[in-house]
This record gives sequence, structure tokens and C-alpha cells, in this order.
Amino acid sequence: MLLNPHQWVSSHADYLYSFAITRINDEDLAKDLVQETFLAALQKTGSFEGKSSERTWLTAILKNKIIDVYRKKSQGLKTIDNEEKENREDFFEEDGHWKAEHGPKEFGIEDKDHLVNKEFEHILQKCMQKLPVLWKAVFTMKHIDEEATDTICTELKVTASNFWVIIHRAKLNLRACLQKNWI
Amino acid sequence: MSYLKKIIHNCKQATYLIEKKSTTRLSFRESIELRIHLFGCSFCRIFQKQSHIINNLVKELFKSAMQPDSGLDDTFKKELQEKIEEELNK
Repeated sequence: MLLNPHQWVSSHADYLYSFAITRINDEDLAKDLVQETFLAALQKTGSFEGKSSERTWLTAILKNKIIDVYRKKSQGLKTIDNEEKENREDFFEEDGHWKAEHGPKEFGIEDKDHLVNKEFEHILQKCMQKLPVLWKAVFTMKHIDEEATDTICTELKVTASNFWVIIHRAKLNLRACLQKNWI
Repeated sequence: MSYLKKIIHNCKQATYLIEKKSTTRLSFRESIELRIHLFGCSFCRIFQKQSHIINNLVKELFKSAMQPDSGLDDTFKKELQEKIEEELNK
């Protein structure tokens, strides 16, 4: 397997752009990352061993760039994040019971396999965007990119116990947002 | 409160364990505690179902976003390829 930089844009630019935009949701930044990925790749063509496909290799470079963005954004937003946390409702009473208004209700889609309508998907997308940057990063790396927990903790500089708190809080908020906007 | 009562009442801990379970193995004790809780708590049973559905749907959302036509404009692509050629000729 050889690299063919003359075909990179036509073969991979759309793919890499989609990959970036779904994770960082900022068109200009996503474009920059695609460009940086290609330029960085040119600098290290020597490290391409041909074990993976050209696309997989380029995507790995892009992934690292996305992680840098997660890191920068979550640091820059730390103060805002804290405020958000304070404003965020707690879903549970002191003894751990659901608060009456937050108890999960059926969405009406629980038993149909994957037959979910577009509107629900749209709301889900919106709710994802509402998550704090760091939470969304952790959620995406774990559930979509299926990275190892250790890797995520190291890359995003969160402790293992914080990792589970974030995974838990992210899902609670995502689910609550769906319940609020769907039912 | 007895140990058992604590498990039965603690939805916060149960939902935490549901999330943990979806990405890793629970310890023996944790998995027993979760089972006991879910047996008596219909709220957390709904939460568990929805949590799985959300994971699957988010995966599908990301997959369906990976279309061959991403909306990148041709000018951008053309200039990008030119930059690459420039680098190659350096």
C-alpha cells in the first residue's frame, strides 16, 4: 500500500471533513483541521508503514488534531463550565431518588427497533450540542470512537473517577433533554 | 437505613451503574446491587432502556453524517490540493 498525495483531496477530503464536523460542529475549524491533517501527513509520510489504509492513517492524524481542539476548548471554557454546572439541575433527591419532575417517562419508541423518526433524531442532535464541550468529547470518544477509558483520561486529562461522573452526567442530561423536548 | 434499603432507594447510584455497565464490566457486588434495584424500580428500568437506545441512535447519527458528499466546496478542495502539490514540489 502506497500513499498518493496527488489524490488526497479528491479521495479523502469529504470523508475527513465529515469526520471532523460531526465531532466539533464548526465549519471553519473543521476545514482548517482537514488542511492541517494533509500538511502534517506530508511531513511524516515516512511513518506510513502500509499496515493500514491511507484513509485510516489520515484519520488517525485528524483524530489527534481533534483531541487537541477538545483539550483547548474545554480548558478555555472551564469557568463557563463551572457556572453551567451550578445552574444545572440535579435530577435526584438527597437520598438518591429521582426528583418527581425528573423521573424517566417512556418516549414511545422503546420497543420499536430503530424505527425512529427524523424529528426525534433532530432533537437528539440538538441535545448533543447542548452538552458541555468536555462531556461531549468524552461521550463521543467512548461511545463512537470506542477508545479505551485509559486513553480518554490521558488525552483529555481527566481522572478515572471524573470520567465515570462525566459519562453518567452526560447521559442524564441527554436523556432529560430528550424527555423535555420530545414528549 | 439498612444496606438493602439504600440500594433500593438510590436511583442516582443505579443510573451510574447502568452507564458503567454499558462500557465496562461491573464488579460482582455492583451487578447484584443493580439487579436488586432494577427489580423494584420502574423509573430506572425505563432509564436503562432509553440509555441503550440513545447510544445506538447517536452511533447512527454519526454514521449517517459520513455521506460521500459532505458539502465541502470545490474551490476549497482545489486550493487545498494545490497547497499539497506545492509542498510536494518543495
